[in-house]
Formats: sequence, structure tokens, C-alpha cells
Amino acid sequence: MIYREAGDFKTSYRSDGQTFPIRLDRWGYYAVLAVAFGVIPFVIDDYWANAVFVPFLIYAIAAIGLNILTGYAGQVSLGTGGFMAVGAYAVYKLMTAFPDISIVIHILLAGGITAAVGVLFGLPSLRIKGFYLAVATLAAQFFLVWLFNKVPWFYNNSASGQITAPTRTVLDQAVTGPTASAPAKYLICLVLAVAVAWMARNLTRGTIGRKWMAIRDMDIAAEIIGVNPLAAKLSAFAVSSFFIGIAGALLFAVYLGAAEVGEAFGINKSFLVLFMIIIGGLGSIFGSFAGAAFLVLLPVLLKNTLVGGFGWPTDLAAHIELMVVGALIVTFLIVEPHGLARLWRLAKDKLRLWPFPH
Amino acid sequence: MKTTVPALAAAVMMAASPVMADLVVPNMSYRTGPYAANGIPYADGFSDYFTLLNERDGGIGGQLIQVPECETAYNTEKGVECYESLKSQNPLVLNPLSTGITYQLIPKASVDDIVLYTPGYGRTSAKNGEVFRWVFNAPANYWDGASVAVSHILEQEGGDLSGKKIALVYHNSAYGKEPIRTLQGLSEKHGFELVELPVDAPGQEQKSQWLQIRREKPDYVIMYAWGVMNQVAIQEAVNIRFPMDKFVGIWWSGSENDVTPAGAGADGYKSLTFHGVGQDYPLYDDLRTHVLDAGKAAGAGDQMGNVIYSRGVYAAVVIAEAIAKAQELAGTSEIDGAQLRDGFEALEITPERMAELGLPDFGQPIALSCQNHGGDGLGRIQQWNAGAGEWSLITDWIEPDAEILQPLVDEDSAAYAQEAGIEPGCN
Repeated sequence: MIYREAGDFKTSYRSDGQTFPIRLDRWGYYAVLAVAFGVIPFVIDDYWANAVFVPFLIYAIAAIGLNILTGYAGQVSLGTGGFMAVGAYAVYKLMTAFPDISIVIHILLAGGITAAVGVLFGLPSLRIKGFYLAVATLAAQFFLVWLFNKVPWFYNNSASGQITAPTRTVLDQAVTGPTASAPAKYLICLVLAVAVAWMARNLTRGTIGRKWMAIRDMDIAAEIIGVNPLAAKLSAFAVSSFFIGIAGALLFAVYLGAAEVGEAFGINKSFLVLFMIIIGGLGSIFGSFAGAAFLVLLPVLLKNTLVGGFGWPTDLAAHIELMVVGALIVTFLIVEPHGLARLWRLAKDKLRLWPFPH
Repeated sequence: MKTTVPALAAAVMMAASPVMADLVVPNMSYRTGPYAANGIPYADGFSDYFTLLNERDGGIGGQLIQVPECETAYNTEKGVECYESLKSQNPLVLNPLSTGITYQLIPKASVDDIVLYTPGYGRTSAKNGEVFRWVFNAPANYWDGASVAVSHILEQEGGDLSGKKIALVYHNSAYGKEPIRTLQGLSEKHGFELVELPVDAPGQEQKSQWLQIRREKPDYVIMYAWGVMNQVAIQEAVNIRFPMDKFVGIWWSGSENDVTPAGAGADGYKSLTFHGVGQDYPLYDDLRTHVLDAGKAAGAGDQMGNVIYSRGVYAAVVIAEAIAKAQELAGTSEIDGAQLRDGFEALEITPERMAELGLPDFGQPIALSCQNHGGDGLGRIQQWNAGAGEWSLITDWIEPDAEILQPLVDEDSAAYAQEAGIEPGCN
């Protein structure tokens, strides 16, 4: 009744091609942005920033990155953790080598370095596909973790191999290091997450995104209609790794503050981000956010309800949490194999017909 | 996203309200995951001692101690969440029992005025209190441990290690890498060859490392392992028939839970310790009467007497003594983090005081100052008797080699001071 296209007239190609064609959707989108930028920074405290919003936004960036590669271009990757490690170590080396340059530039450069590494490990994708490519990217994961453990130059020869983020500022506000305030941390992640989502959305609905999807749907047919698989696959690896590198840099510098590669960027991280996009929905920007929210926020919520609310023992709560999250993943995949994004789309379709479904 | 975030947000907000408390000493524990075998006894011992103080003495200086628990699963991201949720309860001191989480918390706790007490683990150079004002790692640290182990081996070999080969099997993380520099320094000094064998976390897969040990035939193996890696390593050593009395673990690789799975084969395995073993201390009677039999024990209550349980108790004892000292210095029983730091810096635990506490000859004397946050770093060697199923102490206190360690501590703490922009000093 309210939620519909009817009456929302488009008078230009530009407005016809917009991301949110329905007025209510647009309002919702602007409302979310307004709350995210205008309300949350003023009310956020350390717990909300460090335990909820910062990890959610960082994982959302990583999930968008992997979604470009796996969801849009159809190249399965298990190297996400390794690529995040490249971003983290690149930003660490940059911020300790050039302390006077803005951290934002360092984070973007770290993304660029990760993109280069991603392209390098993307080369095998021209020859191998599917599960075999997954194994090749798995090799990247293990190789990169081994490399950052093995070569002391990457961690500035510290005795324990730990890297620690020094304090760096944006507009005189510390965003990394121990003195960083909750709003500052939240805002830098939010700005980058929105920028990444906006870029990803616009890339995927343009020429380059259509090439990726053509490759994903049938690579031989795509080649016949004139898509160059080399350019399409490698650009997917580059863009995806760029975003994942940014996520890794933020994860280390803003969120954790100190990291060691095996623990923070191990194979578990690759699977975590892969699960995010599978649960959220392959080939969907909204799905990346939904998947990240599901896997980051649900455990925190469960922990706070079970331990903080009911006063259960911590070990029991931790085990229940694993079981509940696991059961929900299985349920979701059985009920809706295309993820949360598909559920969202179905809900919207139903809403459009409401209240006269026939 | 539009619907899920606010709904989740509301629910978390309701749950995460802070608890008003007397003196808050949180227990950052891990009772799940691959390190639970060691995390559970430590957490139980830590909580039980404070329960004992609350039940028997009415807390410390009349103030009850609250020990909120938070599960970290030895994972740094859960560690962040725990730190933030505990921070809202105004904790005095944190004991995360994880070197990775410690590294993460050192800068944060220093800004938030929370003491970090990391006995036997954490960042070794935190011994230099002029740089690490909020971190204490008395009575012993990783480098002390490495040095004590080599001293013991030296004594076994009649004072000469030239031409010998020592292998270091370590957890490939900040924890396991810590002793490498010390051992390299010692290998130069004593002329033994050092073979480094990293094992990737969590350490269930070590076949290739032990194959390499079989090939290299080292005279001794030193091990820095934790959690499931301990049990696997000891089993693998038994499988290749490595002589157990030449196999020395750090204090984190020497609890009942680590050796029992290997059965009789583990007989004679040695490990370091910085406190006494067994239950023949008067304190255990009190723990049994006031805590265990009263049904107030943490966890399942079945870990009492375990080496790691005793270590949890010992950590709690030192913290309780520091709190008492801080109350004395501050002239009030309601102390804050800064006053507790002063208490730690003035801490003195004499053998007489240990006897008073019901732990005669359990630990070394501790005397801290602003310059020295790490104590003397003495260690003892304990050996496993599989038949009797108990550890026995086979040496007296062994001193670490300050000639090698002090320059390393100075160098590493100076590097940190420069990196973090700290002006070393005592005010």
C-alpha cells in the first residue's frame, strides 16, 4: 500500500537507474546514514565501539571485498585471512616508517599493496577454477602467514613477532593507539565502510561488474561475447583485495591495536568472512552487511544475554553460543540457501503486494 | 540491517549494564577451546583464593573482592570484548593469562589506569618498571625461565655445554618466540647449538617437528607450549623414545593435565616451576573447608592441587598482598588502580609472610620497586613421577643469568619506549 513503485515517476535515465527505486527504500537508506553519522557518534561509548560497531564495520568491508570476488566474479577464495594480514602488515610498516603522513593515506596504500599481492595470487585463476582455485588461494593464506612469521623485517625485529599500532591522528583526533576515542574509531571505520560499499555498488552495476557477472555465470560464453577473462578476473582480484586490505589494516590498527599473524589472520578468519557472505547472500552488498552483523553481533548478544542477563557460567555460555550460532547457520541455509539478502528481497516483494496479494 | 541492528542494540544495552562493586579483580579466563585444559585449573585457583578471602576474612581490609569472569578463549578479539565489558566495572587489576592479549592490553591499560599483573608470562621487558609503569610480571618471566632451564642443563652436563645441541620446540606465537633471543645469547656464551622448531597454533600437529628431532638428535629439548600442544608434544616425545629426563618444559608445560595422557611413558619428564607443588600446605586445608566443602568452588571443583591451579592461587595471593599493601599506603580500604600500582611497587613478600599465609616454602621472596617490576626470577625444576601420579621438586631455587638478561630487557624496553613515545622515569 505504502511500499510500492506506483506513483513514483522517473523522468530521467539517471533517476531510473538509481540504487533504491522505491521512495520508502530511499528514505530508509538516508535515515540509516543520518543515524549512523549524526546520532551514533555522539552517544557511542568504548564498549559499543570496540565490541560492536568497529568489528561489525570492519568485517562488513572484508565481506564486501570477498563478495566482489566470490559473489560477483565467481572466483572462490580461501585466502581472505592472508590478504587481511597483508593489509595489516603493510599499514604497520607504513605507519612506523612514515609517521608524519596521514593514517588515512597509509590505510589506502595498504589496500593498494594488498591489491597488488591479490593480483599476483589471482594469476592461477586464469587456468584453474572452482575448488581447485580454492586450494590455490588456500596456499596463499598459508604462505602469507608463514612469511609474516618468518621474516623479522615485517614486524620490525620485535622480540615476540607482535606488531603494535602507535598513536596516529586524523584531524588532530587519535584514531589508533590507546588514546583513540570511541567516536573517532567508529567514524573512521564508518566513513571507509560507506565509501567501500558505495564504490562496490557502483562498480558492480557498471561495465566492469557486468563483465565479472558474465564470467561468473559462464566464462566461455563471456569470452565469446567479448569479455577478456584476464582483465575481468584480475580486476576482480585487485578490487576485492583492495577492500580486504583496508579491512585488515583497520582490524589491526583501529580495532585490535596489537596483533600476531597466526592468531589474528589465520585460516579461521578466511572461513569467517566466507561464512559471512554465504549467510548474508552471494552477490549482494546488503548481504555483506547482514552477514557481518549476523556473525559479529550475534555472539556478543548471546554472551551478554546468557552471562550478563541470566548469570550463567561463562564456559556454559560459550558452548551454548557455539551451538546456537551453528544451528542458526544450518537452519538459515536449509530454509533460504541464498542468504539473508534473499530473505530481505522476498520480504520486500511481499510488502509491495500487501495488503492485496492477489 | 535496518531492523537487525537496533533490535540487537537494544538487547545488548540492557545486558551490559555495569555492576557496582567493592574491589573488582576480574578473572579473564578460558574454559573453552584448545587451551582449556590449562585455562580451567588456573581460573578455578584464581577465583577460589578470593572466595576464601571473602568467606574467611571478609575480604581484604574489610572490603569484599568481586571476581567477575569473562571468557576469552585465548582469542584476542574476544579479549577486546572482555576488556571493554570489564572496564565498565572499574577493575583494579587484570590477569589475562595470554601473552597475545597482554600485548594488546599494555598500552590500553596504561591509559585507563588499570594494573596488569602477568606472572610468568606476558611481555618480558615489562620487568623494567620505568617504561612499563602499569605492568608487573613478578616473580619470574619467560627469559628467566629460559635461563634457568639452561642453567639446569649446564649442571646436568657438569658445567660444560660446548658442542651440545639443544632444540627449542615452541608455540609459534608471541609466547613461544619470547625466549629465542635469550637462548641465542646463552648459546653463544656456553657454546651449544640451538635448533629452533616452531609449532603452529594450536599445536595438534607436530609429527614433522618430532621427526626432525629424531634426525637432529639434540641432547636436550626445551619446550614452550600451552594447552593442547603440551599433551601432543609429550606424547610425540614418548613415541620417538626421546629420554624424558632430557626434556625440559617451561612452567606452562608442566601440569598434571599435560602428562597424564602419555601415561607411563611420561615418567621423568621435567618442567620448570616458580612455586611449590602438591597440596601439603596449610592453605589447602582452608581452601577445602571454606570453599570446596562449602560448595563455593569455581568451575567443577575438581582441579584442586593441580600445578596450574596452584599457580592461579599464587597469582591471587600476590594480588591480594599488593591490595593489602596499597590499602596500608593509601590509608583507606577503597583503593583505585593508581593506588594499587603503588602497592605493587612497594610489595614485599618475605618467606615468613608466605608461612603466615599458609604457604611455607611455596614461592620465592618478592620485593618490587619502581625500577624492578619483575622480581628476581628464580625457578625450580619439577619432575613427573607417573607411577605415583605426582610432581616432585628436584632442585632448589636456580638463579637466572642476569648478565645475559639485563641487557636484553634494557634493549627491548628502550625500543618500546621509543615506539610508544614514553619518557622512562618513576613519577
